[in-house]
Formats: sequence, C-alpha cells, structure tokens
Amino acid sequence: MSRAALPSTSTDRGVIIAGAAETNALGKLPGYSTLQLHVEAAVNAVADAGLRMRDIDGVATVNAPGPVQVAHALGITPRYMDGTGVGGTSFLLHVRHAAAAIRAGYASTVLITHGESGRSRVGATPFPRGASSIPGQFEAPYGTAGPTSSFTIPVLRYMKEYGLTHEQLAYVAVAQRKWAARNPRAMFRDPITVDDVLASRLVAWPFHLLECCLVTDGGGALVVTSADRAADFRKPAVHILGTGESMDAPMISQMADFTESKAFRLAGQAAFTEAGITTADVNHLMIYDAFAHVPIYGLEALGFTAKGEAGAFIADGNTEPGGVLPLNTNGGGLSYTHTGMYGMFAIQEGVRQVRGEAAAQVPDVNISVVVGNGGMFATSGVLVLGRQPS
Amino acid sequence: MCPECGSADVEWFTASGRATLYSYVINHRPARGFEGDGPYAIAVVQLAEGPRMMTNIVGIPNTPEDLILDMELQVTFEQRGDVSVPLFGPAGAAR
Repeated sequence: MSRAALPSTSTDRGVIIAGAAETNALGKLPGYSTLQLHVEAAVNAVADAGLRMRDIDGVATVNAPGPVQVAHALGITPRYMDGTGVGGTSFLLHVRHAAAAIRAGYASTVLITHGESGRSRVGATPFPRGASSIPGQFEAPYGTAGPTSSFTIPVLRYMKEYGLTHEQLAYVAVAQRKWAARNPRAMFRDPITVDDVLASRLVAWPFHLLECCLVTDGGGALVVTSADRAADFRKPAVHILGTGESMDAPMISQMADFTESKAFRLAGQAAFTEAGITTADVNHLMIYDAFAHVPIYGLEALGFTAKGEAGAFIADGNTEPGGVLPLNTNGGGLSYTHTGMYGMFAIQEGVRQVRGEAAAQVPDVNISVVVGNGGMFATSGVLVLGRQPS
Repeated sequence: MCPECGSADVEWFTASGRATLYSYVINHRPARGFEGDGPYAIAVVQLAEGPRMMTNIVGIPNTPEDLILDMELQVTFEQRGDVSVPLFGPAGAAR
C-alpha cells in the first residue's frame, strides 16, 4: 500500500494550520523592505496562533530572501528549512512539505512566510533575465515584457477551440469585484461592468488592464503543526486534508496543451485523492488569478465544470456572491492584492473562510480548496482545507 | 536526449521553416528596444515538424483582423543585436 493511501487525517497523522495572518497593510508600502514584510507577517501569524517565536522549529519561504535570512531575523534556529521557489504557488508547496516534515518528525511547528515589495521594489530581487537564460534566449528576443505578454498567450487558442467570448473573459473581473466590494482590505472595491473592463486600456490583446492583476506590496505567514494540538490555539484549527503539486513547462511556448493546465489538473487530482473528496464536497474555492483566464483554466482542470464551460459558468453568476461555488472571495489578484507571488494570499483567504472570519464570509464552509499557480502555468500546488479532521 | 523516451539517438536537422499560427497576444506595453514598433504580436507558432516556439509575426499588420489562428506561415531571419532570430510571415508572401 502506498503511503499516500494511509488515512492522513487520523488524529496521529493529521496536520493543521494553527496561525495565519497578513501584514498590517497591503498595497503601496515604500517604507517596508522585502524582509520587513516577511518579519511583520511572521510576527502576526505566530501571535494569531497564540505562540511565541521560540515555539517555531521549522521555517519555509522562497528564495529570496530565503529561510536563512527570515529565520535569522526572527531569532529562530530551525531544525527544518524549505526554500522551495517555483513561483507564486510555492507557499502551497511549503504547506505540503511542512505536513510531510511534521509527519516524519523533522519539525513540530513550521512557519511559512511571504513578503514581497512587488510595487515599491524595496530590497526586491530582479528577475533573472540574462541573455543566456532560457527566457533570455527564447522569449526576450521577441519583446516579451513580463507575465502580461507571456502568461496571456494561451487564451486565444482556448477561445478558438471552446468559444470563450471576450465578454465572458471580462466577466471574471466583474464577478471578483463583487467580492472585493465586500472586503475593506481589497485595493479595488468599486463595482465594474463588462463594458468597463472592455473599455480599460489594452495591455496585451485580448487582455485589458482590468483583466490583469494588481501589483502591490505585502506579506502573509502561516503556522503549521500537528492536529493533536488542535485544541491548543486561539482560533479554530484548519485541517490540511489533502495536498498536491505538479508542473507543466518552464516556458509558455512549451505548455503541453494551451487549452488546459496540466499542472492544475495533476496537483488537484493528488489533493482530492488524498482528502477523499470530490468537487461536490467543496464549499469555497480560491484559484490563483494573475489574469482573468486563470480561474477558467482552474475550474476546468479540477473538474468543477466540463471543458469549455467555465467561462459561461462564471458569467452566469455561479462564482459570485450568492452563487453555488464562491470563488476568489477576497477579490483575488485582480482586485484584492497581488505582490507577485500571490499564493500566500489565496491560502490566507481559504483559512479565513474555514475559520468563519472572512470579510465576505460564505456560510458554512466545511471545505475550501486553494489552487496555486507558479510562473506562466509552469507549476501548481493545491490544498484541501477543512473545518473537521476528515 | 528525447524527453519522451530517454533515447540519446537524436540529431540536428534543418527544419522546413513552415509553421502555423498557434496563439498570440498583441503587446501594448513594449519591452525595451521595441518602443518604436507600436503594438506588436508575441506569437507561438507550431512548426510543421511538431515543436512550438515563440516568435514575432512580420509582413502582415499585427492586428486581430489580420492574424488568424492556424494561418500558414514561413520562417524568415532578422538580425537583432548579436543574434539572428527566426521570425515568421505569411506563407507565400513576397518579402
């Protein structure tokens, strides 16, 4: 029997999120360095769990600044470090790896931090775009200008194959703004229409400004520990019922199929199998939305809709307030915040919804699923979070 | 090596230069060095031999009306800085 088939949610093997918090503010924070954002988020998350920094024996974050800088700044000498850096989904992988480490006895209490001065660029690492790098050789010569001009390329093929309309793509932003309007911490809260989206300036046709994520400063952190301690913390435990990770290709041109995310699909299957759930069990969903097409790919890859139907599913109101499948309820990367590696904020909202403390709270969330993206559809992590241990 | 089967029995060969337009965006926020061109397409083409690659489309206006998915294209080369880069234009068009 494979190890994955063991009941991961039994009391002796279960793992929980015991603390979760963001930086005090999000948005434009030129007074904060990247490391300061990590530190503030970490302090807030540890306090949220009712712990002290000396209780932490594992640290995970992306390079840079990496777990050594973060742990040192916090006065922690961890016995477990994870510097996995595979893009904005990395924090979901940190949760997955932390769960494994806790089960293996390598750590008891793991702190996962994110901080990014994405807008102000204080202490931020430049993108590696040397002429000899893979994007330097095969993308930069054609005038790519960051994710807006590469992550976006697959959608036209999807539109031709499946009939997604420009109006349906625009409606993804409209639906998420409805959630953001209920969230005082969201950067953009004013209602918008499809016409507003299509009238916003073109960034990379067919994408308009309002179909592209924000660029902000901010951070978030999580405390992960074993479920046998679930009653010891200030807030309700959020059980990690299933996790998955996968990848597609390192460059958008090599993505296996421009009409579906292989990484989302495989990571989702792994997480759902471990949790023993189907899409019908999911009360709340977060899908990393760097651009308006990504939730469409996510809904289909995880089987929430049939292939080609997610655009209509969103346009019909199913994912907005009052809909059957609340999606990106913080407002998402399109309206809430997007530091560059948004995955941490998607997890934070999943945790808030399971705890029942979200700004735009969905009633009775027993299971929340968080779908992360890294790079340009390059990597994915998926988490199944639950109010109950199984 | 071949990522499908792991075989080391691979070789270089000259491709036909024929391709079809697989997908693209029209970039309105030019990269450094591309400021003078106006909005330009960043495309992925499907080579006749199978692989896909990123490129720019030349010899035809870079508009949604002119750039039709699956249209047939032919390679042409252009010197950009130190490198000669493969670009694609409409098949059969005089250049």
